[in-house]
Amino acid sequence: MSDDHNHLPELPGDDALDAHTGHGGELVPEEPIANPGLPEHEWRPTDVDPNAEKRAERQVAGLFALSAVCAVLFVVSYFAFQINGGGGGQTVDTVFGLGASNVALGASLGFALLFIGIGLIQWARKLMSDHEIVEMRHPARSSDEDRAETLRVLDLGVEESGITRRPLIRNSLLGAVGILLAPAVVMLKDLGKTNAQIEANPPYPGAGLEHTVWDTGMRVVRDVVGTPIRPGDLEIGDLLNAEPEIVFEVGDDGKPVLEGVSLQVAKSKGAVVLVRMDPDDNKPGPGRENWAVDGILCYSKICTHVGCPISLNERKTHHLLCPCHQSTFDLADAAKVVFGPAARPLPQLPLMVNDEGYLVAQSDFKEPVGPSYWERDSQQSTSK
Amino acid sequence: MSIDTSKVATTNSTAAIASKPNRAGALAEWADDRLGLATLAKKNLRKVFPDHWSFMLGEIALWSFVVLLLSGVFLSLWFTPSMGETTYEGTYAQLRGIQMSEAYASALRLSFDVRGGLLMRQIHHWAAMLFVGSMMIHLLRVFFTGAHRKPRELNWAIGALLLLLGTLEGFTGYSLPDDLLSGTGIRAADGFLKSQPVIGTYMSFLLFGGEFPGDQIIPRLFIIHVLLIPGLLLALITAHMLLLVYHKHTQWPGPGRTEQNVVGFPMLPVYAAKAGGFFFIVFGTTALMGGLLSINPVWKFGPYDPSKVTAGSQPDWYMGWPDGALRIMPNIETHIWHHTISWNVLLPIIVLPSAMFGLLLMLPFIEAWITGDKRDHHLLQRPRNAPTRTAFMVSLITMYGLFWAAGGNDIIAIRLHLSINQITYFMRAAVFIGPAIAFFITKRWCISLQRKDNEDVLHGYETGIIMRSPEGGYSERHLPLSEERAYKLTARDRDPDVLGELEGGPDANGVEPHGGLAARLAGVRHRLRKLMYADNVQKPTVHELDEGHHHAEHEHELQAPMEGHAADGHQFDGHHLVEGEKLRADD
Repeated sequence: MSDDHNHLPELPGDDALDAHTGHGGELVPEEPIANPGLPEHEWRPTDVDPNAEKRAERQVAGLFALSAVCAVLFVVSYFAFQINGGGGGQTVDTVFGLGASNVALGASLGFALLFIGIGLIQWARKLMSDHEIVEMRHPARSSDEDRAETLRVLDLGVEESGITRRPLIRNSLLGAVGILLAPAVVMLKDLGKTNAQIEANPPYPGAGLEHTVWDTGMRVVRDVVGTPIRPGDLEIGDLLNAEPEIVFEVGDDGKPVLEGVSLQVAKSKGAVVLVRMDPDDNKPGPGRENWAVDGILCYSKICTHVGCPISLNERKTHHLLCPCHQSTFDLADAAKVVFGPAARPLPQLPLMVNDEGYLVAQSDFKEPVGPSYWERDSQQSTSK
Repeated sequence: MSIDTSKVATTNSTAAIASKPNRAGALAEWADDRLGLATLAKKNLRKVFPDHWSFMLGEIALWSFVVLLLSGVFLSLWFTPSMGETTYEGTYAQLRGIQMSEAYASALRLSFDVRGGLLMRQIHHWAAMLFVGSMMIHLLRVFFTGAHRKPRELNWAIGALLLLLGTLEGFTGYSLPDDLLSGTGIRAADGFLKSQPVIGTYMSFLLFGGEFPGDQIIPRLFIIHVLLIPGLLLALITAHMLLLVYHKHTQWPGPGRTEQNVVGFPMLPVYAAKAGGFFFIVFGTTALMGGLLSINPVWKFGPYDPSKVTAGSQPDWYMGWPDGALRIMPNIETHIWHHTISWNVLLPIIVLPSAMFGLLLMLPFIEAWITGDKRDHHLLQRPRNAPTRTAFMVSLITMYGLFWAAGGNDIIAIRLHLSINQITYFMRAAVFIGPAIAFFITKRWCISLQRKDNEDVLHGYETGIIMRSPEGGYSERHLPLSEERAYKLTARDRDPDVLGELEGGPDANGVEPHGGLAARLAGVRHRLRKLMYADNVQKPTVHELDEGHHHAEHEHELQAPMEGHAADGHQFDGHHLVEGEKLRADD
């Protein structure tokens, strides 16, 4: 075997490393123990005992037969077990509290496949020849002749193309191909409108990162049911999940005002929590003294970390804990971050009471809701 | 052995010759006339593969990918990749009348109205878990045994890419049903995109087709999940396998194995049967899991609603470690010149995983730079014989594991009744200190094991027989290792003598450094080489082995009167049987 390996440069104190462990294949004085060569072949019982061989054959065939049985069981289970209990009045078949169809199909398919696999492997292990075979390796690299030949034909081809002699052609080609990137990239522009485009032409209420659907006089309503809230409905320590009224509003034509994308976007920015605390506990942020109503405050439900809705209320401490990454906000201190990876307090919605006595917003949020982004100018935030 | 084996066949075939005039032969001729495959086939049909259980880990990844393809095609026949709003009136009573996306409704339909639908959903998800998990374990096996060295560095890089793509594939996949849990993950992903400086909002708006959540993300993730990434995966897996076949598989050193050969069994029939059988085993196991183990019960989560979330929300396990980094990161954000840089999101979610992945990709090249080893390597190394490399990967695993645990800090707090604040603070320190401790312990452990191996080679193995000398001293009887075992323990390279190298010596290409940067790099390389090699224990020299043998012979002389009796220590190495023998020498 030709020695195609590159040698290590002669580092001081180095024993010609190449001479060890058979890199050259020969036994050398540094090698304490010589390679004893392939061990003697050990016969398996199935090689020498015809009964063992027949037994193994029957085993393997038996496994394949079992697999076939399981496959048939699969087909039977498919038709035998009911899966949906609705409409036609059938009940869902169950076994030990599990869905019978799923269990039966899974077990029968699983075993049908497993038995084939086990059978194949048993066949290989017990009956196929297990004499170890030696195959010589080849170096990963090509031969020197092939390399030289490749270089030669490469040179020939490049020379005949004339690309090295004609820089004008080469450069103009590179330029033309390079500039093809522009059509490719620009075709992706309409993947989505940018924030600026959306804010310029709002396709639905509250469009754009800096706005939500909240507006002056919009009632704060309970989530899911959509009923408006009076201050007397809340006790000290209560926390309510709430939405802007428009989320549940139905137009004169009987269709919801917001649906599809507009509804989802509205909820993703407009969801709020209402919390009631003792007015003395509350330390309003600068300029926010009249944002609360009798100790009832309203904060954005959307975490300022990466946008999960926050829902875990610690009653006694009036801390709000986000379940995603455990950012904790002190609702009595303008939702300041007291723990966790969120860097900004929750935006606060200024509240007031309308003439029907319901809680309504004074205006939209005074800062963008949700996670931070590059263009966010929080110097205008009133919370710091 | 007294069994007559002279009549036993050495192969299982009476040789079949190609000119058999039967149907199969005629078909093969027809094909070869047009495709000329015989040239390729003749070399590869009996290709030799070495045998070791750890070589099957990559196979698990390969076959679970095939299972994913098969189950995925099935699911795609019913799944509707649309975020169009619909009101559910299907068979799952608890969700009737609820507004949801078409995607979620189709996932419910698959689970409740299609026979075998839930089974296929669960097979698909379990196979995805197996896919990513087995890729990771396969990566560890390859790294610990040194199979990433030349000429297989590129295959390693392909493998690292496969791992990355597999993770993304899993993420896009479990987000497709648009349920509350995975939707929360998408929401977080939107937050990650937005945190990036300059391009953040553009990326978010382009991907979601406008403002979050929009109505484009599910159809787009669908195409990424069923077309783009699988295409890339297939191409890379093909390249990965082709390189494996071309380089031939690595093998453990042992009797008859050298760097120039590969010893094992042929592709046809043995490995065709074993690998083919293993496919059925992986598929069968996944089917059993799909039938018996519940996973991703999306009907319990409900449809995605951006104003709702559940406590204890976690991504799938392979996304756990970046999530952990995100949770323990201190809340640093900078406001500068009317703009915001969210370090608290950027660093753990964008920078850290990119750096880790980049490091992973470059590991073989970094190692080659440090060691300067330009030889081809086809024999594997035992992890203990590369202590620094092993310790390095163990410390990476430790860091990964700690971040991963941090990703479950809320679950840990609930189950173990601990303070989540304290867990978080602990983890902030642990992800730095833990890996350092792990590195130190692992390296010393490997070196200890090297010493033990040397002891075994020089002085033989401990038999457990205690001898008492006439003077009254006790000693333990050692017997020499078998030649095979002794060879296996010494079939490894000697490390270069780094302590004898000069600090400013030649670099990996033998070039003397000049200039500031080159000299600094040479210094770094020298220190890394010392870290790599200086503490390692080398195998015995011929001289040491001879001394050891003389010493053993001397001992054997002293104990010669005991030979042949029971309890001479040879009852464990098959020299003689012990039935009917009494253990005490004076009976």
